[in-house]
Amino acid sequence: MLFDYRDTVPLSGMPPVSVEEMGDFVRRYVSEGWRLLALFGLPQSSENNAPAGLCCVLAQDSSHYLAALRTEPVQSYASMTPATPQTHLFEREIFEQWGIEPLGHPWLKSVRRIPDAAEAHARTSAEGGSLAAAPTSEPKPYAFFRIEGEEVHEVAVGPVHAGVIEPGHFRFQCHGENVMHLEIALGYQHRGIENMLLHGPLARCLPLLECAAGDTTVGHATAHCVLLERLAGCVVAPRAHRLRRVGLELERLANHTGDLGAIAGDTGFLPTASWNGRIRGDFLNTTACLCGNRFGRGLLRFGGTAYDLNADECADMLARIKAAGRDVRGAVDVMLHSQSVHERLIGTGFVSKETAQNLGLVGMPARACGLRLDARFHFPLSDLPSKDCAPRVENTGDVLARTLVRSNEIDDSLRLLESDLATLANIPALANEPAQLDASALPPHTLAVSQVEGWRGEICHVAVTGPDGGFLAYKAIDPSFHNWPGLAMALRGNQISDFPLCNKSFNLSYCGYDL
Amino acid sequence: MLRIIKERLHQKYRTLDYPNRQPALSPRYMGRPELAQVACGTCRACFAACPSGALLPTAGSEDGTPTLDMGRCTYCGACRAACPKGAFTFTGEHRMASFTREGLLVVPGQPHVQQPTPARFSMFRRSLKLRQVSAAGCNACEADCNVLTTLVFDLGRFGIDFVASPRHADGIAVTGPVSENMRLALLDTFKAVPQPRLVVAVGVCAISGGLFRDSDQCNKGVTDLLPVDLFIPGCPPNPWTILDGLTSLQK
Repeated sequence: MLFDYRDTVPLSGMPPVSVEEMGDFVRRYVSEGWRLLALFGLPQSSENNAPAGLCCVLAQDSSHYLAALRTEPVQSYASMTPATPQTHLFEREIFEQWGIEPLGHPWLKSVRRIPDAAEAHARTSAEGGSLAAAPTSEPKPYAFFRIEGEEVHEVAVGPVHAGVIEPGHFRFQCHGENVMHLEIALGYQHRGIENMLLHGPLARCLPLLECAAGDTTVGHATAHCVLLERLAGCVVAPRAHRLRRVGLELERLANHTGDLGAIAGDTGFLPTASWNGRIRGDFLNTTACLCGNRFGRGLLRFGGTAYDLNADECADMLARIKAAGRDVRGAVDVMLHSQSVHERLIGTGFVSKETAQNLGLVGMPARACGLRLDARFHFPLSDLPSKDCAPRVENTGDVLARTLVRSNEIDDSLRLLESDLATLANIPALANEPAQLDASALPPHTLAVSQVEGWRGEICHVAVTGPDGGFLAYKAIDPSFHNWPGLAMALRGNQISDFPLCNKSFNLSYCGYDL
Repeated sequence: MLRIIKERLHQKYRTLDYPNRQPALSPRYMGRPELAQVACGTCRACFAACPSGALLPTAGSEDGTPTLDMGRCTYCGACRAACPKGAFTFTGEHRMASFTREGLLVVPGQPHVQQPTPARFSMFRRSLKLRQVSAAGCNACEADCNVLTTLVFDLGRFGIDFVASPRHADGIAVTGPVSENMRLALLDTFKAVPQPRLVVAVGVCAISGGLFRDSDQCNKGVTDLLPVDLFIPGCPPNPWTILDGLTSLQK
């Protein structure tokens, strides 16, 4: 079923198809340039152990159209991964959550069951942890991909990394210094958010999703609010749209600034590393001027925003942004003009356009490979003008390209913010309170999708409501879910010492992946 | 080279002489909460509004006036918005760390009492090395710990550092509600730290599980798993709050 991205779809309008038809549909559409936004298990009812079918949502960036399909409950089906690699992780996730087996999947294993799950469970049982009584699947060693041969060796890192960073486990298959393959095993950050969204009261969903990935608070909060507004048919005032965009662009600025500093640090170029750490804080503190929290917690609410800015506050923010913008431009230009930095970045961590397309990469790493993907332009949240901006595309697919995309997007964000704050200062604040959300206001048996271009890439939330308007399924898909396999591919053929640089240039979320 | 020097002159010296000078925080910043003593009657609006269950009935109070547990509060301000009598105030005070779990309770009408630093921390006065462990933290607390090593805060000048190996550390700084999948790694990291060792819980998730208290995948923070020496509340705590907490160990 095809629909405009702003529309909701009643489930009665998308009758179940057979799994074979869905497979054909996905293969045909993806070969025509559509992208897979989500593929998930859709239970028949909210009861425990209700049988589940598959549900998929695809998007065509050029036409702003989405397509959604669902099937009857299934036990197994022919895997779509061999023909459509974009489905690889989604199929593994469905297998883990619902036990629906994709037959012929090339690499079927758990997504969030950690490598040492068997030992962890044994220790938990002995010591009586919170999950001690929970049933566990058969303790089997995690099937890491292995390369064998003389002079081949394996490097294992994590879960606790050397820095102040989230946990994950990386396995490098190396030949001398050269990396032949990197496997990334996550799951350590699994907090069961999606499950909590289904059970908790609706009022708790927004605070939970603000914590889905801490550095993308405004991105996930926007995606959630937009989704509920589309479901409830709520119209958001243009002023609130602008305030939301201020939050989103500040988030983009802060994170791009921090990452450029981290990239500089990993090339050994310390001036930019040192300055950007401070300038990132300036942008975060500007977000705090907006809503009191440096990460934008509490900024959004259903139907609008919780905070507004008067003319004086706009002027103050504008001054802060101009000063920090000047600082970051100067700091990054110094780095980009340095020959030693260029030498280190060029050709490192190369991902081809073809690989990016096959894996379904999104956001800034995709744009660095020459893919014109940017939800701000293809699936805009409102009809606000994006003056002098367009998706920033580079074609070399290496760390340098990802650095340049970031650097260029900083310019765009600064321009957007300056025009938005100038406009906000000129319109008087809204007097009326934003609409209150009533859970019973959500229509039953309806599917809705929201896409927001977070700083990392496209955040996609999909909800399907049950008979009472409660969520039957809620999928929050962080761009990291699409992009982690891209990092693994970027490492191939590089040296192990290139890993920190590649990692920083993607800077993916661990908990956004694990949810 | 000239370009770098020119830019260096522009960027200037930015380290704040903390604690001799206090940081300027946003007027909207929500710091240490205060509760006024009001007659609540049967109104329970704040209890209903709080998304994290941070309000508890005050011990010994008949009419159900709330006590605010900073160990659970995410500083969303919902209680302040819900209270018809305006009992809740969030001050601009960033110093919130406590050596005890009870020290995080804000009781109506009771002023905040400064806690003396327990004598057992005196050996960390000149040098304190911490291994940070993220146990399902969302990366906000981690980011605000990380930022302490930048030039504004310059953690190193206090003799405090985040180090890579638990063997080099005097303790661990834990963030996150401790997912079941990180439990083993957290406990093993703690065991690898030589004694005497500290546990610092950074952020409301690490203190009590925060919003994830009810999740079947999480352990309600580190408090039930390890002996915590310092609690630093917030969601996430402001970097100045963390810095104040860590330096309070050295007094």
